[in-house]
Amino acid sequence: MTTITAQRKTAPGTSRQSHVVADSITMLHRNLLHMVRYPGLSVFTIVGPVVILLFFVFVFGGTLGAGLPGADPAGGREAYVAYIMPGILLLTIAGSAGGTATTVAMDMTEGITARFRTMAISRAAVLAGHVLGNTIQAIIAVALVLGVGLLIGFRPTAGAVEWFAAAGLLVLIAYAISWLGVAMGMQAKSVETASNWPLVLTFLPFLSSGFVPTESMPEWLQWFAQYQPFTPFIEAIRGLLLGTPLGWSPALAVGWCVVIVVAGYAWSMAIYERKSVR
Amino acid sequence: MNTPAIAVHGLRKSYGGKVVLDNVDLTVNAGTVTALLGPNGAGKTTTVHILSTLVRPDGGTAFVNGCDVVRDHDGVRAAIGLTGQFSAVDKLLTGEENLLLMARLRHLGAKRSKTRVVELLEQFDLVDAARKPLATYSGGMQRRLDLAMTLVATPSVIFLDEPTTGLDPRSRHTMWDIVRSLVADGTTVLLTTQYLDEADELADRIAVLDGGRIVAEGTPDELKRLVPGGHIRLRFADAAALDTASRLLDESDRDDAGLALTVPSDGGVGALRTVLDRLDAADVEVDDLSIHTPDLDDVFFALTGRADLKGTAS
Repeated sequence: MTTITAQRKTAPGTSRQSHVVADSITMLHRNLLHMVRYPGLSVFTIVGPVVILLFFVFVFGGTLGAGLPGADPAGGREAYVAYIMPGILLLTIAGSAGGTATTVAMDMTEGITARFRTMAISRAAVLAGHVLGNTIQAIIAVALVLGVGLLIGFRPTAGAVEWFAAAGLLVLIAYAISWLGVAMGMQAKSVETASNWPLVLTFLPFLSSGFVPTESMPEWLQWFAQYQPFTPFIEAIRGLLLGTPLGWSPALAVGWCVVIVVAGYAWSMAIYERKSVR
Repeated sequence: MNTPAIAVHGLRKSYGGKVVLDNVDLTVNAGTVTALLGPNGAGKTTTVHILSTLVRPDGGTAFVNGCDVVRDHDGVRAAIGLTGQFSAVDKLLTGEENLLLMARLRHLGAKRSKTRVVELLEQFDLVDAARKPLATYSGGMQRRLDLAMTLVATPSVIFLDEPTTGLDPRSRHTMWDIVRSLVADGTTVLLTTQYLDEADELADRIAVLDGGRIVAEGTPDELKRLVPGGHIRLRFADAAALDTASRLLDESDRDDAGLALTVPSDGGVGALRTVLDRLDAADVEVDDLSIHTPDLDDVFFALTGRADLKGTAS
């Protein structure tokens, strides 16, 4: 009797493991189809950062740029474009978490998620579909926002290796933030409130070295800005694209990504089981 | 072979102190249709959710196709299909894409997936709408697509949670035909419904669920026999005839306003003949006669303690 049950348990178990990748791709395909069909949310994640970029550069840029340490007061705006761009790219990624959370929250209220649970699909595959889809979406958004930056005078000094490293880091950060977005979407009580939590994320680039040097902030804020993940994210991207000193920032950035992925993964897996039933 | 498709013993579930299922026993043999009949809040959906691994029971055991619903999720999930009360379709995709999604998740392979999707679209009369977004589908179409998605991998046990709630009569009959053809192919069906005619129409056996307990279980005919309520109703031309008849048939109930008598009966021909013979012998003319056998409504209201709604009316 015991052997029979044991056998039964292992057989579908192993076949399930081998399907995780295939199922994740199926789920990713589904999420990408959603984005293509209903691009509203995707457009929003691009327009937001672009508006902020233009606003900061053309409205505040002259003054803010002139105040940067070591900047030529006459060329303030150009200096500020270079300074703000890494922050804007990270803001784009942070902003995409809101879209992720909304999509996930919408999906959780759909009966289809309950259907997925009654099928032999691993939880990880369902979540991975969301995470990968939103990572791709965030990366496309980052590329487009970067394009706008180049148009208005952003001139990176990076070589091929630095570009490659920066792209890799941005993908990793987008992936990590997507896990957080998925978890927040799962946590949300309704679709309407799903983007509340991720909104906090979009404040983080402002409270970092993204828009002004942290040295110009009051001491307590400086402390927060120094130790929150977006500062090493931004410093690493800035260092790679513009040749500013990197220091420990790349290592810290990767470390933060790992922490965020693990936390987001554990958080969303825990909620998935109890949230997908009406 | 003799393993029942669904075997439930002493199933219990409560939500925050409110008992939803209280010691439910249920056996469904392979290849049959069992209807779980009960009013709203009786615990029908919870039962289905436990059996389809969506909800973990507090106590008792439940096996589907011999697999424990708590310990062997994958074994159960590989055997079942669920079409719930709320449509489990992806509203942002087309009908065809929904079916393909299911085929992929069931790992049918590219070629087999395509042929299966075409098959189902035809079977469920969705060919014309296949490439249209679901926003354009009617309620009946969505429900059909929902069921088609459940059937992509031909599961051996299917749960239908109120499959026809909210459908128009035509879509309802279409749904019934689909269920009948499933059973003809050997699928086991557990269906929940609050419609008595639906249970009567489709089910081999009916379990009446009320307040989280199974209050009766049996074939539709067995259930009807459980409840008295069969009677012959006789109508007379005048009060004199009614008086005579009423004296002759002492167990009858008299309805002066309607000039009618209600005589309890098992609905059989013998009982009817006895009544008519007695009236004949006394030369009482019967104007009109009707026979009432108990229907599931009587059973339902009697068993679920809502007799006040109907019992007094007849």
